[in-house]
Amino acid sequence: MDQIAFIAEILLPALWGGFVVTLGLIAWTAPFGVLIGAVVAVGRVYGNRPVRFLSRAYVTFFKGCPLLLLLFILYFGLPSIGISLSPFVAAVLGFIFCNSAYDSEYIRGSIRSIKEGQFTAGLALGMTRGQVIRHVILPQAMRRSIPGLVNEFVYLIKYSSLAYMITVIELTGAGKMVATRYFTYNETFFVVGMVYLFLVTLTTIGAHLLERRVAIPS
Amino acid sequence: MTTDDIILRVVGLHKSFGTTEVLKGVSFTVRKGETKVFIGPSGTGKSTLLRCINQLIIPDAGQVYLHGEEVTHAGAKINQYRAKIGMVFQNFNLFDHLTALRNVEIALMKVKGMKEAEAREKALFELRRVGMEDRADHYPAQLSGGQAQRVSIARALAMDPDVMLFDEPTSALDPELTGEVLEVIRSLAQAGMTMLIVTHEMRFALSIADDLLFMEHGTILESGSPADLATSPNFERTRQFAGRFAEL
Repeated sequence: MDQIAFIAEILLPALWGGFVVTLGLIAWTAPFGVLIGAVVAVGRVYGNRPVRFLSRAYVTFFKGCPLLLLLFILYFGLPSIGISLSPFVAAVLGFIFCNSAYDSEYIRGSIRSIKEGQFTAGLALGMTRGQVIRHVILPQAMRRSIPGLVNEFVYLIKYSSLAYMITVIELTGAGKMVATRYFTYNETFFVVGMVYLFLVTLTTIGAHLLERRVAIPS
Repeated sequence: MTTDDIILRVVGLHKSFGTTEVLKGVSFTVRKGETKVFIGPSGTGKSTLLRCINQLIIPDAGQVYLHGEEVTHAGAKINQYRAKIGMVFQNFNLFDHLTALRNVEIALMKVKGMKEAEAREKALFELRRVGMEDRADHYPAQLSGGQAQRVSIARALAMDPDVMLFDEPTSALDPELTGEVLEVIRSLAQAGMTMLIVTHEMRFALSIADDLLFMEHGTILESGSPADLATSPNFERTRQFAGRFAEL
């Protein structure tokens, strides 16, 4: 069987399931990562002392913990205290912790970059702090965070392959199985690599369009 | 004159930042429709004073009363008071991600709970009042300084405030743009708006003030009608300060 036929008839169909799982991991992780990242960032900038401490501890812990170790703890460790997660759920949870910790740093930086006077003006109009944060600060800070968040999204695409280490058969895992069975490591991992590259490229293009769409006219 | 006329009463305000005492016991009352103008050298607490009135800065001591209700006590619903006290800033502080129209609308919707259509109508009315209706769809970055400041005045006016605070409203503007902003403020005075203005525009101050207050080192050194203060100040210091501008 020549390589083209192998790729078309065996490899791509075999990778399809893994590809869908990879998309699932990303689709579950990214929105919660951004959402929790925003909450943690707001907590760090505007929270009272305990909130600031907690949000900072969250970021420090999940930035400092190797992701693979985190996945092992969630999947292999938690059952010993009575919490059994499916591999997919454990992977998504680990990714969310990691992703949101980094996202919060980008968002925090953007919040700090918004001129203080806008916050003051919001308060002077009678808005509560929460209203000012929601309607004035975050809409601007999130726009400024887009490049950083996209960066993190690209990392996520690639580190989603770590889920394979806790038995989630995603794209890389599916590839590994095909490669082992047919002894076609080069062809298989080349194609798998191209799929990741395709996803990253798509993300970059999408991010560019998004950034243009939400740009504030000046 | 009855006490009903008194909109704002400020009693013995003190404020220190670190070891620097910025306000050393400032008191005055503001009557309905009155324009009080604060003048004096930079760093004498004029801006701090305005910010203590709407509690953007919490004073160390002293009270502020709006319509006889104390704003400064601990349990006061400060957001409700702030909604009745309009403020205009030196740097405009418009919300950069919103059009001029949305800048004026947003507090109407979020603070006053207006529906969008109602807020829009009100916002357009206020923009018209400051001559900015045709720029309603522009973003702050697309406006000149003078236009931005007029929008920020419309934003404050839209809340139908009992009193307006102007914190050096023309200090960040090119000289040729100050006129359009001062004209708007002047028209408000003529319409009977109650206003406290901090400014370095002496000619404007003299022409618009019902009461001119000269501040230095955290106290009101002297106050009176512009005519009194310009021609026969009691203090040498007021004379020096006013004299420099009289030459202009």
